[in-house]
Amino acid sequence: MRSLILIVSTVIILILIIQSCEKFQPAAPSEDEILDGPIEGLTNAENIQFLNGDRAFSEVYTSSKGLGPLFVTNSCVSCHSGDGKGHPFSTLTRFGQSDTSGNQFLTMGGPQLQHRAIPGYEPESIPEGASFSRFTPPAVTGLGYLQYVTDADILEMADPNDMDNDGVSGVPNWMPLKDFLQPSTNAISQNGKYIHRFGKKASAYDLLDQTVGAYNQDMGITSTFSPIDTYSGLSIDPEVSDKDVRDVVFYLETLKAPIQRNKDDPEVVQGKNLFVDINCAACHKPTLTTGYSPIDKLSNKTFHPYTDLLLHDMGSNLDDGYTEGAAQTYEWRTPPLWGLGLSPTTQGGQYFLMHDGRANTIEEAILMHGGEAQSSKLLYENLAEQEKNALIKFLESL
Amino acid sequence: MKKRITIVFVLLSALSYSQIDSTLFKRTEKDSSLQLNMDAVYDRPFLSYGKFPVSLGGYAEVNWQHIGTDGVSEGHQFQMRRMTLFVASTISRKIKFLSEIEFEEGGKEIAIEFASIDVEFHPLFNLRSGIIMNPIGAFNQNHDGPKWEFTDRPVSAVQLLPATWSNAGFGLFGKTYKGDWMFGYEFYLSGGFDDEIIDNDLGKTFLPVSKDNPERFTESASGRPLTTAKLAIRNKYVGEIGLSYMGGVYNTYQDDGIILDDKRRLNVFAIDYNTTIPKINTFITGEFVWIHVEVPESYTQQYGNMQHGGFIDVVQPVLQRKMFGWEDATLNLAFRLEYVDWNVGKFDETGGNIADDLWSVMPAISFRPSQQTVFRLNYRIQRQQDFLGNVPANTAGFSFGISSYF
Ligand code: HEC
Ligand code: HEC
Repeated sequence: MRSLILIVSTVIILILIIQSCEKFQPAAPSEDEILDGPIEGLTNAENIQFLNGDRAFSEVYTSSKGLGPLFVTNSCVSCHSGDGKGHPFSTLTRFGQSDTSGNQFLTMGGPQLQHRAIPGYEPESIPEGASFSRFTPPAVTGLGYLQYVTDADILEMADPNDMDNDGVSGVPNWMPLKDFLQPSTNAISQNGKYIHRFGKKASAYDLLDQTVGAYNQDMGITSTFSPIDTYSGLSIDPEVSDKDVRDVVFYLETLKAPIQRNKDDPEVVQGKNLFVDINCAACHKPTLTTGYSPIDKLSNKTFHPYTDLLLHDMGSNLDDGYTEGAAQTYEWRTPPLWGLGLSPTTQGGQYFLMHDGRANTIEEAILMHGGEAQSSKLLYENLAEQEKNALIKFLESL
Repeated sequence: MKKRITIVFVLLSALSYSQIDSTLFKRTEKDSSLQLNMDAVYDRPFLSYGKFPVSLGGYAEVNWQHIGTDGVSEGHQFQMRRMTLFVASTISRKIKFLSEIEFEEGGKEIAIEFASIDVEFHPLFNLRSGIIMNPIGAFNQNHDGPKWEFTDRPVSAVQLLPATWSNAGFGLFGKTYKGDWMFGYEFYLSGGFDDEIIDNDLGKTFLPVSKDNPERFTESASGRPLTTAKLAIRNKYVGEIGLSYMGGVYNTYQDDGIILDDKRRLNVFAIDYNTTIPKINTFITGEFVWIHVEVPESYTQQYGNMQHGGFIDVVQPVLQRKMFGWEDATLNLAFRLEYVDWNVGKFDETGGNIADDLWSVMPAISFRPSQQTVFRLNYRIQRQQDFLGNVPANTAGFSFGISSYF
């Protein structure tokens, strides 16, 4: 009898555990705490492509899959961990172009330094006399929205001659299109050149351009779009399929935009107003809209990236003497500020801000602004302590 | 290869089926006299038939599990983890053959874990050759499911060390007793690792990837032997301590006589310990390993050159009596603590710690109707950090499993 009771109670306990096992497992972090995940409302077919892209984005390349021989790291996700910003470990170096006349070191390994190599090979080093700049990986969230902002809207924000006299001009990076790229439906061209918008110098046209370049320059993976091997300088067989490249592009297009936290906190609201008052918003434009997109959920949408996608003179302290396309060495594209507060979740618990990660706090980043942003920075410095805190609290909520 | 194994088994099972008179079968129980870890291959229940020189044995492991990481779970998982068959035979006086063949995940993987001919010249001097289990740590040689109170093998044993790690090779072993003391040694030369331990799609230094290289039983990647050596001492009252080393050149530094790369070594040190506390019968076992792999300076720190980790199990019998009709049943409470760091070191760029590590604690209840069979219920709580040390992934969940010798 006693053993019957024992058996029955053991079975009941087991059933209870099986029934309620989800309760004993860690809960998911809330949506606004993480950067990855698709935009809402994708079709099932789009979700499938998103997942395929996610897998390709996470794929670790090995020497047998074509890694290198020269490379920077071995997967997209190793630099864009959690789809967020990168770390000094994954910070890359570009060199060899010091004015708008183009890169003079293309035959000596430029524009990108591959400072790592698979066993048996010697990595590159920066050739003597080449100026260089270091780029910390940016977050890759919400880029689909940025891709479908129309050229007309970008030109509307540009003010090359500072007609409105606010000290902030802003110019697009006009560059010729690479062979494998198609101008977008709403593209505007000028002397055969097009507005490029991605990357710190706005030198990548669209997400395909950026992805193909990353495979080739960051990992040493050739594709039909970009078949030249960085080691030999000669064309070799594609090491990533067109489908994988397309899936990754689709994945980048459909990654959700970061979600703001503590939006209604009075201090955050105060900070947001100050952000506009001291003219941060002249470059970090709070609201943009998309034009037509073949992805239905991205067409004609209003969103809040805090960028104008334009290049600005940021002063001599941020001038590394290196540049790309039509940008000057002292010009940088305004980075979106959405997701800023979540940066430490992918940067190993710390902040590494500005193009090369030189700022370890948001305040440091602000104080490094110069050039067109000089007066805005001075206004920040003149804020009361409480106001500064409110502004930073707002930035952290993004 | 697969075919040949199948034929052997069909023959063997035909042999045993055709003799139905079960009274002739004799079950050799585990030998419970003073034992060292190295005896684990023989320390198993075998089924033998009369004077027939071949004895058979094996074990199986079945699991149910429901584990989730940060709100994502694969749901209910039912797993036939593995089934292992042992065949042992005494070929002639002082010459023994023993083999262990493992079918993993429903036959997806079939591996000869062990198949060796042992020749005894003297208790202190035995020659072993064939597919040997490298005596690194204790778990690798003593991995039978029914011996453990946990459904999962220790993370450090299967994701730092490559348990079950066996290679074609040969070597010597022996042991000796004196009073309450026992001493054993093993020394083998065998095939070993290859370049993929630092060039794999896990993106981390990972010794177990070499298990996927089927060539390794016929061709050593480096052309150099992997040396494995172990010393073990047991005192009847204090327990057993083992010190082991495994190392050698792992990369294909030349091919066709042409130099391709520098020679690069790997060195592994392990310490293992087990004891049973008298009177209260608490059983404690654990091992800790340190791995050093030469990684080229100009390669990437994603593949670390140092790793370490280990586990400790504490098993406390709480009830030992007749239960549910089983004469000598035991109910145990158990606990496992484990830690693994796949990349011990600091970033060249920042001097900050490279994480890539894992902590896990696992309370368990196990019930043994007899020593040969175990029912076990585990609850795992685990935190794993990525390479950069970002917010850890939290994993937790239950698993229930049955494992038994047959
Ligand atoms: C070695 C680190 C590294 C790897 C690997 C890497 N990236 Fe990047 N990524 C960067 C850096 C640094 C930038 C900024 C580059 C620039 O400004 O030109 C960047 C920029 C981007 C951008 C543009 C973001 C923006 O806001 O303009 C996208 C999109 C992107 N990467 C996608 C990818 C994809 C897809 C892969 C894999 C095929 C990849 N990256 C691999 C470091 C990396
Ligand atoms: C003239 C245009 C301009 C103005 C005005 C401006 N910024 Fe910026 N901001 C930039 C550019 C360009 C960068 C990138 C500089 C670099 O990468 O070196 C940047 C970078 C930042 C960053 C770091 C972002 C990151 O991801 O690393 C923060 C934070 C920031 N700005 C906040 C502010 C605040 C707050 C103000 C107002 C006080 C402000 N900015 C005003 C153009 C501007």
